[in-house]
Amino acid sequence: MKTIATGNKAVAEAVKQAQPTVIAAYPITPQTQIIEQIAEYVASGKLKSRFIPVESEHSAMAACIGASVTGVRTFTATSSQGLLYMHEMTNWAAGARLPIVMANVNRAISPGWNIWAEHTDSMQERDTGWLQVYAGSVQEAYDATLMAFRIAEHEDVLLPVMVNLDGFALSHISQPLDPVEIGDFLPPMFLPHAIDTQNPAGYGVLTGPDDYFKFRWDIERSMRDSVKVIESVQEDYARRFGRCYGFTEDYCCDDANVVVISMGTLGKEAEVAIDMLRSEGIRAGSLRLRWLRPFPEINLEGREIVVIDRAYSFGFGGILATSIRSRIKRDLYSVIAGLGGQEVTYEDIADFIRQRRIGEECWFGVNDHA
Amino acid sequence: MDIPSEEYLLKCSSSCAGCSDSLTLRYVLKAAGPDTVLIVPACCTSVIQGMYPQTAFNVPVYNIAFGAAAACASGMSNALRALGRKTSVIVYAGDGGTLDIGIQALSGAFERGTDFLYICYDNEAYGNTGMQRSGATPLGARTTTTPSGKMDVKKDIDAIVAAHSPPYMATACPAYPRDLFQKVRKALMFRGPSFLHVLAPCPPGWRFSPEKSVELGKLAVKSCMWVLYEREHGKLSLSSPSRTAMKKPIPLEEYLAPQGRFEGINAETLEALKQNIAESIKRLTAEEAGG
Repeated sequence: MKTIATGNKAVAEAVKQAQPTVIAAYPITPQTQIIEQIAEYVASGKLKSRFIPVESEHSAMAACIGASVTGVRTFTATSSQGLLYMHEMTNWAAGARLPIVMANVNRAISPGWNIWAEHTDSMQERDTGWLQVYAGSVQEAYDATLMAFRIAEHEDVLLPVMVNLDGFALSHISQPLDPVEIGDFLPPMFLPHAIDTQNPAGYGVLTGPDDYFKFRWDIERSMRDSVKVIESVQEDYARRFGRCYGFTEDYCCDDANVVVISMGTLGKEAEVAIDMLRSEGIRAGSLRLRWLRPFPEINLEGREIVVIDRAYSFGFGGILATSIRSRIKRDLYSVIAGLGGQEVTYEDIADFIRQRRIGEECWFGVNDHA
Repeated sequence: MDIPSEEYLLKCSSSCAGCSDSLTLRYVLKAAGPDTVLIVPACCTSVIQGMYPQTAFNVPVYNIAFGAAAACASGMSNALRALGRKTSVIVYAGDGGTLDIGIQALSGAFERGTDFLYICYDNEAYGNTGMQRSGATPLGARTTTTPSGKMDVKKDIDAIVAAHSPPYMATACPAYPRDLFQKVRKALMFRGPSFLHVLAPCPPGWRFSPEKSVELGKLAVKSCMWVLYEREHGKLSLSSPSRTAMKKPIPLEEYLAPQGRFEGINAETLEALKQNIAESIKRLTAEEAGG
């Protein structure tokens, strides 16, 4: 039944459908509503999970790790400082090959103390071995969360998945939500290396260079294999529930001269900018990156590229711009915008495209487009 | 109570000679039996398991980051209970992972009533990294980061744990294996969190001869520098070796003398240690008497 929900409520609703056995989480703005809603579902019996209200995010991920290795489905949610505090354990979860699903509500990093949207938190997790998907709408946050469980738990993947949604811009925005009747979309979880007292083994024991190196390669191989798994899960989701997702969401790219690339809610905003530019006769397109890991194939031969980054690697450049540049092997216009929840409208995005200076970098509101 | 002949700690472990951590572990696992999972944060035990793909342990061992063991146990215990399994979940951590970096996770897991046993084997320093001071290092002991003797007293982890009111907690020492074995058995009978604090004399760290590990444990108890007791639903009872020792403790010097780490301890520090012992005897005896 169609309803109206915030991004946070949508994630909690998807978790209710997925019925994880263990959920461990610590509250942090703007993620709090997710775990409040989950706690309510558990208290009212709508969700049969064991909810562990841990004392920190480091412990939240550690508890998920301990639960997951018994072979059960697990979930947690966090944001910003919480994700940073958890960083040691996010590495552990991926290295231990545990299919934990986590919602991360993207938020800026302190100081200054800022609770609004920015992608620096999850971008700092990009080398941990987690798959990462970024939602552009409430519906997508819901759908991505459900799909995340099936992708993470697939035998060819067995890596954790992070579902990202922009703080407030998506977590607290109300939009239509069409929940699904999940049926057998999520098969029972099977973990080949689950703890078994009948067959004792050492987990994460001291490992020499050769074996360690192979383990690292196994993570990368699964990351590569996950591409096919994501495709097939997204296709199955479309078949069952009628909503179709790709690695990227392309908008008017086919005949475009210039394409703007972005992630999350800015990617949705960009589509409005494209409509406006098209009405002015400018052949622009938008490409919203949905998956950051594994990184999608991007084929934009012959088009000029504008990249909007909601994160930055100090002393180097926009993280998304750097990634795109290394893939397309040519220069682009890098715009740093929306840090700490800075308002970026579709008109601003249209200006980035109109005033593009390929090969340059611009900090929106600081050194250009002000 | 007979101690089973089954071994869960195999002969290929890579512990130091005279290691009382492995001695402790041997009795812990005999008491716990095969339906047990160990959760081990960074500590000597992460090393004595041996190297992948082998393991010297005949129960599953989940190695986890230094500060995360008790939280990991919360997740594992909840998952196993949800699956209807009675498997014993035992955190087996050193003093660093318990008193220092892991104390937040420990406190959280106890406050939440996690069904598990937390064992701290205490060699009074960071043994795994070569004997740096920990919160458990006693006053006056030399470590690589307290080269002239520790200036601070040992953190009272037992009082901290007791403040969480677990149904069962106890102290032990592998120099008294039957006492240790029985306490592990008992701890695992309680639902909810239980805690066992085990003194583990460490030959290289304390700088004594490896064949003297058991003797050092006995001297620790006889001098009352280490007191064996258990606290069941808050009620304290002294274990018989300590009850006997408290009537007439041996001079502290007899315990300190064989240890290189107390070499050259000054009179003032020695007096402070003796004072601490006298106070602890007074406090524990009064508590046991219900005072």
